[in-house]
Amino acid sequence: MSGNMKLLILLVAITISGCTSLGVQPWDRDVLAQKKMQVDPYPLDTYLDEHIYYSKESASGGRGVGGGGCGCN
Amino acid sequence: MQLKKQASIRKALALATTSMLTMTTQQVMAADEPSGWELDSSILFYSEKDRVTVVEPVIRARKEISEDEFLNMRLVVDSLTGSSANGATAQNTAQTFTSPSGNETYTTSANETPLDPTFLDTRVAFNIEWEKPLSNNIRGVFGANVSSEYDYTSIGASAMLNWDFNQRNTTLTTGVSYNQDNVDPVGGIALGLSAMPLTTATSKTEVGSDDTKDVADVFLGVTQVIDRKTLMQFNYSFGKDSGYLTDPYKILSVVDGVSGNLRASDPYLYEHRPDSRTRHALYWSTVHQFEKDVLRGSYRYYWDDWGIKSHTIDLKYRMDLGEKSFLQPHVRYYVQDEADFYHYNLIDGAIPQFASADYRLGKLTTTTLGLKYGMAIDKDSEFSIRGEFMKQVSDGEGDLPDVDAAIVQLSYSLRF
Repeated sequence: MSGNMKLLILLVAITISGCTSLGVQPWDRDVLAQKKMQVDPYPLDTYLDEHIYYSKESASGGRGVGGGGCGCN
Repeated sequence: MQLKKQASIRKALALATTSMLTMTTQQVMAADEPSGWELDSSILFYSEKDRVTVVEPVIRARKEISEDEFLNMRLVVDSLTGSSANGATAQNTAQTFTSPSGNETYTTSANETPLDPTFLDTRVAFNIEWEKPLSNNIRGVFGANVSSEYDYTSIGASAMLNWDFNQRNTTLTTGVSYNQDNVDPVGGIALGLSAMPLTTATSKTEVGSDDTKDVADVFLGVTQVIDRKTLMQFNYSFGKDSGYLTDPYKILSVVDGVSGNLRASDPYLYEHRPDSRTRHALYWSTVHQFEKDVLRGSYRYYWDDWGIKSHTIDLKYRMDLGEKSFLQPHVRYYVQDEADFYHYNLIDGAIPQFASADYRLGKLTTTTLGLKYGMAIDKDSEFSIRGEFMKQVSDGEGDLPDVDAAIVQLSYSLRF
């Protein structure tokens, strides 16, 4: 098993085991309900940035799946 | 449906708490009704100094078709014109190249990085997603996408499951996607590392008119509420590309190992990349609200079996200017290592199995600085403008020029 995979499994385990003690009560979600606190409040900005950097750099991925390909020369 | 009622009460409580000072009771009730349409539209202007210019309008529509069930659609048109580096290196004499079609030639002055000026393309892409609750705490998102440009088509599908637990403070996400692309380059597909014709009277060694590329991705993610003002996400994605992964328009210069001069016969070869690529990305992001300002930061580590490793850091800081507008500075920093088969140029007599001089596979740093201004026009519509400057610096062998780009995006969103 590569070092990267061990690190990944360790980080996922820490994340999941730590999750159960974190969070807020349902009535404390006022701030998290705001648009500016969403994971992706402006999906078109994200889409356009991902298209630019997919065309100009070698790395991609990490945020989700789907969306389609391009020739991008 | 006890849980649905509780969800509605929670939603109403959250909305009431945030909005009581600024909204009327009528508006709060309106916000809790089943939504109509949400429309987001943008137009992007992207312009590189002396190179490519892109104009890209995009529209996205979202509609609640029944309780918690949504349809999302996105239509994009992008039109590209200008010049792109062909991969050959600058020489102390003028250089002449044939265009991809083989019907024209273009000349680059001495000591200039060769740019192919024949790029002109329009791409149309459509994406549709169906978001459906599969149980009280599992949501599915099923998508399909198609895109078409003059020399490239892509068709694909994706599926994603989101599982909420721990009082909806934790969401596990898993997804898959598959795309099948077709590459149909102008002038056909040249044999990898065969010679580029130097005049329109000769032809390239062609292995076909078109080829295919398959792209499969798997995604795993955790989104966690940390406290009342902090959200965190941790993702891993794995991707596998197979098929024709070469850029059909890129070439490499072949030079003498001692003098450094272009070799006399067949000085330029078409590039040739491996026919598979395995990609990994680890992504971490956090959103935190201070008094009212919001800091959004992310880091991605990417690696693949072409030998590329990269780090991306992205920071946005949103400052509210009163109740209706905001300013958001943005910094992005990206650095990558070169691919194993990246070569600034090739040495005569030592031609490898795979080679590309595409600067995007070389050592590279990209720095982006931007500023966005957003303004609520009324409770259902918002306008924003952002401007960014991007600078790419090649850090490897040779003296490749920087790529400088200006980006302007205008956006308008409407709910009705």
